[in-house]
Amino acid sequence: MAQRVTRGVELVGYRRDDVEVDPPYLHPDYVATRTRSPKRPLLLLPHTLSEVTGPVYGHDRVGELDHDLTRQHDGEPLGERIILHGRVLDGDGRPVRNTLVEVWQANSAGRYLHAVDRHPAPLDPNFTGAGRCVTDDEGRYRFVTVKPGAYPWGNHPNAWRAAHVHVSLFGPAFATRLVTQMYFPGDPLFFQDPIFNSVRDPKDRERMISAFDLDQTVPEWALAYRFDVVLRGREATPMED
Amino acid sequence: MTFPPTPSQTVGPFFHIGIDSFIGPELVAPDRPDAVRVFGTVRDGEGMPVIDALIEVWQANAAGRYAHPEDMREHVPLEEGFDGFGRTCTDDEGRYEFLTVKPGSVPGPGGRPQAPHIDVSVFARGLLKRLVTRVYFPDEVDANEADPLLASIEDLDARAGLVAVEDDGGLRFDINLQGDRETTFFAV
Repeated sequence: MAQRVTRGVELVGYRRDDVEVDPPYLHPDYVATRTRSPKRPLLLLPHTLSEVTGPVYGHDRVGELDHDLTRQHDGEPLGERIILHGRVLDGDGRPVRNTLVEVWQANSAGRYLHAVDRHPAPLDPNFTGAGRCVTDDEGRYRFVTVKPGAYPWGNHPNAWRAAHVHVSLFGPAFATRLVTQMYFPGDPLFFQDPIFNSVRDPKDRERMISAFDLDQTVPEWALAYRFDVVLRGREATPMED
Repeated sequence: MTFPPTPSQTVGPFFHIGIDSFIGPELVAPDRPDAVRVFGTVRDGEGMPVIDALIEVWQANAAGRYAHPEDMREHVPLEEGFDGFGRTCTDDEGRYEFLTVKPGSVPGPGGRPQAPHIDVSVFARGLLKRLVTRVYFPDEVDANEADPLLASIEDLDARAGLVAVEDDGGLRFDINLQGDRETTFFAV
């Protein structure tokens, strides 16, 4: 169903007042931002047709088992099996349907299947660490995976990343593109993780932490965590045709 | 009631494992006569190549239509097989490359035409949020002159920096994250 997107002759854009939740480009505690953050102020890009449209990838592009990171090899990966699920919502709380969700993560030992990762923890021949799925009519997505381990990195002495899963979403438009990280409740490493703490408001950080979800656990088989993602909202509620 | 959005976080250095080949750098087939190579190098504030950047492009087709339900201009044809989106990673010299076609003009604010352009997102380790810029085309001098976004940029060097440069049979668009030749980035 197409949405009406014109108000007079102007398009309805996406809200700009809520982007304050995002971290600043320069967050000196995260050392890599010092040489990679722009120094000049960003210029305002009006939301034209180019920004209220965006790539559309539906169910036809995703394989039946792409959401299951534990079934991509001959054997099962080691680690704590988990179901990672949630809903993708827009800024008005409505489901974002039929949108691609991609995840990637370290294995249960905290090692990525990546040439650049030199952490001396074992690789798992049965774990690649990448998956994707498309949200359903209620905006729901679901992955089966193993809980990623924490891992050290060179940002500062004895620096460890809090355990996390990278989550990439497109949403309905170029303007709604989001890459974030999903964390686990009660992680003792939050206090010293400058990437987690780059988000200024503690209340906003909380929304990157998944919730243990007893209802979705599968007895004798897997624990479950719920992570709802909210994409940017629209300036005005579009009318349904 | 509005729901506050989920904050952005960096893609980190290991996103390559999550990048599936079903979205790649070729938006069109290499044998297409009007195919154009858009390429460049991503550098940081010290001039070092950024070897772990993820670059995404979004554009209209050659006729100027977006493959998206909100582009309802049915008089402008869609094109079978062209979805307008591409994605690639920089190599160990910080280089990226797409194969695409020049998009047609699309309407902008107040219905004024925009010059042909590609919307670009840059993700990387050290970028807590994507950076967004636009690529304009050097053979569109008049359209670029009249483009409402380009015209709104007072710094003429910054304006010129958004226009790709003809080079090596393609179009070069280098991206400098920081420094004297910093690329013009936009708040979306």
